[in-house]
Amino acid sequence: MSEARLGDDQAMGREFYRALVLKRQFIVVGLVLAISVTLCIDLALGPAQYSLIEVVSALLAPSQVSDQVRVVLWEIRMPVALMALVVGASLSVAGAQMQTILSNPLASPFTLGISAGAGFGAALALAFGVVFIPAAVNYVIPINAFLMAMLTSFFIYSLSLRRGVTIETIVLLGIAMVFVFNALMALIQFFASQQAVAAVVFWTMGSLTKATWPKFWIALAVLAAVIPLLARHGWALTAMRLGDAKAESLGVNPRRLRLEVLVLVSLLAAVAVSFVGTIGFIGLVGPHIARLILGEDQRFFLPGAALCGALILSIGSILSKTVMPGTIIPIGIVTSLVGIPFFLCLILSHKRALW
Amino acid sequence: MVTLQLDRLTAYYGRRQILSEISTPLFHGGQVVALLGPNAAGKSTLFRRIFGLLQGGGDIRIEGAKASRPICYMPQENAVNAVLSVYETVLLARMQGRRLKVTPEDLAQVDQTLDELGITALGKRNIGDLSGGQRQLVSAAQALVQAPEILLLDEPTSALDLNRQIGFLSVLRRLAAERRLLVMVALHDLGHALRYTDQAMVLQDGRLTACGQSNEVITPELLRQVYGVAARIESCSKGRPLLILDDVA
Repeated sequence: MSEARLGDDQAMGREFYRALVLKRQFIVVGLVLAISVTLCIDLALGPAQYSLIEVVSALLAPSQVSDQVRVVLWEIRMPVALMALVVGASLSVAGAQMQTILSNPLASPFTLGISAGAGFGAALALAFGVVFIPAAVNYVIPINAFLMAMLTSFFIYSLSLRRGVTIETIVLLGIAMVFVFNALMALIQFFASQQAVAAVVFWTMGSLTKATWPKFWIALAVLAAVIPLLARHGWALTAMRLGDAKAESLGVNPRRLRLEVLVLVSLLAAVAVSFVGTIGFIGLVGPHIARLILGEDQRFFLPGAALCGALILSIGSILSKTVMPGTIIPIGIVTSLVGIPFFLCLILSHKRALW
Repeated sequence: MVTLQLDRLTAYYGRRQILSEISTPLFHGGQVVALLGPNAAGKSTLFRRIFGLLQGGGDIRIEGAKASRPICYMPQENAVNAVLSVYETVLLARMQGRRLKVTPEDLAQVDQTLDELGITALGKRNIGDLSGGQRQLVSAAQALVQAPEILLLDEPTSALDLNRQIGFLSVLRRLAAERRLLVMVALHDLGHALRYTDQAMVLQDGRLTACGQSNEVITPELLRQVYGVAARIESCSKGRPLLILDDVA
């Protein structure tokens, strides 16, 4: 090949890559802007409706708006709206990395039974007053949910450490755990009072309405701690999508990385689910949308999954207030009912296989 | 110049011994070494053992290497369905163990590697959309882009058409000579081994049954013993050795 031709071709490859990176950076910025808009709309909606200008004024200069507006926006709506972003991001990142390390497009915090475990922990507290760790009233249910979710994870990890356990076995173990917890939940509902059953059912629908500033800060702290730890393995996690044999040949230790990431994402999912209940759709769909628009280079896929999850749940939060004016529908229902048809359209209209 | 010598190398899967005391002469940079043998002879296991993915007894002596990780390995499996372009897939191989920032040197290395293997035009394509042969070339590019000193290629031509088999093996020979790179390549086509490799190692049931210059190792006797086929090796009109297969022995 002549020198001139070789130079042209090489420049073409580099230009393609640079254009690809630039496009992805624009998409990430676009997602951030979209989230800013949905956050403002989410804050504006509620029993007392505010204009977007009022919301922006209250955000930028809280001292210049009335006390009532400031209290409603900052003390009541802001924790809920921000919780939607953090929980959406946490569940989506957890789902993204589970899909990556388990090589399974159906993987999400549900696949390993983490959400089901959390639901069982919460149900024990709601139905029978079982308290694993004595704590303030507001935290009994989240702590129960968190502990059961983590217990489920560690049970699966301990089994997955056995020789000969493949990634398919891990997924099957997770599904088995889901069925076990579903049966236990049914048992609780069979024996519990009608009032307790209603509380359990409401918890499993997922709701942001119990979000508070302390809960938000806890969820944010976990997310902020886990994301850099995952990003540190960015190239290795991307290599995992080429299969274990290929990843090994590139110097990655798939088994060790899988365990480390499973621990991190379980923590992320357990914290998110314990505060808001089971919201299943985000952990599955957030990563798929991120993959569709940003590819699987973890430098973009990881923040992209977080942003997509945050955006979806923020939109869900808006819809939960607007679908039936005067009623806040549990967000888990809204995201599934509205989100899944949207997701189906997205994947069916895409020409290339998503997985 | 890098050198590699295996001394009584063994490997196990669980308790089952796969390789029995493999010892070789000193191989050096610039050579292309064919790893031959029937299916399940232990060729892939030997590569995995040399690369460090399997434990076992014996010594792997590497001398004269400049890099801390001088060996790169291309495994057989290349079924991929990730949402990654070919360019990203090759870059990814180079970036393992490095920081997230990609430098212009990294991109230049990717460009050069794609060009050397004649797959620059595939750069924009999604890895999952490629044919088996194209994926095999991308897999080879992933190994080459890491600038190895010792390159282990496990059946890199098994999915390639005839033109690309010859092109690929010619590129390997040239790169081995230019970069003083030691290439070990598992092959099933003994004609290619005769033509494109300097040395040949023959494995059978996990044991090394022959090792030496390719044209001295690949003989009708070896073909009968190891592969169970009757064959002749004759010179063609250009003086090159030509393998003629007659029948199953």
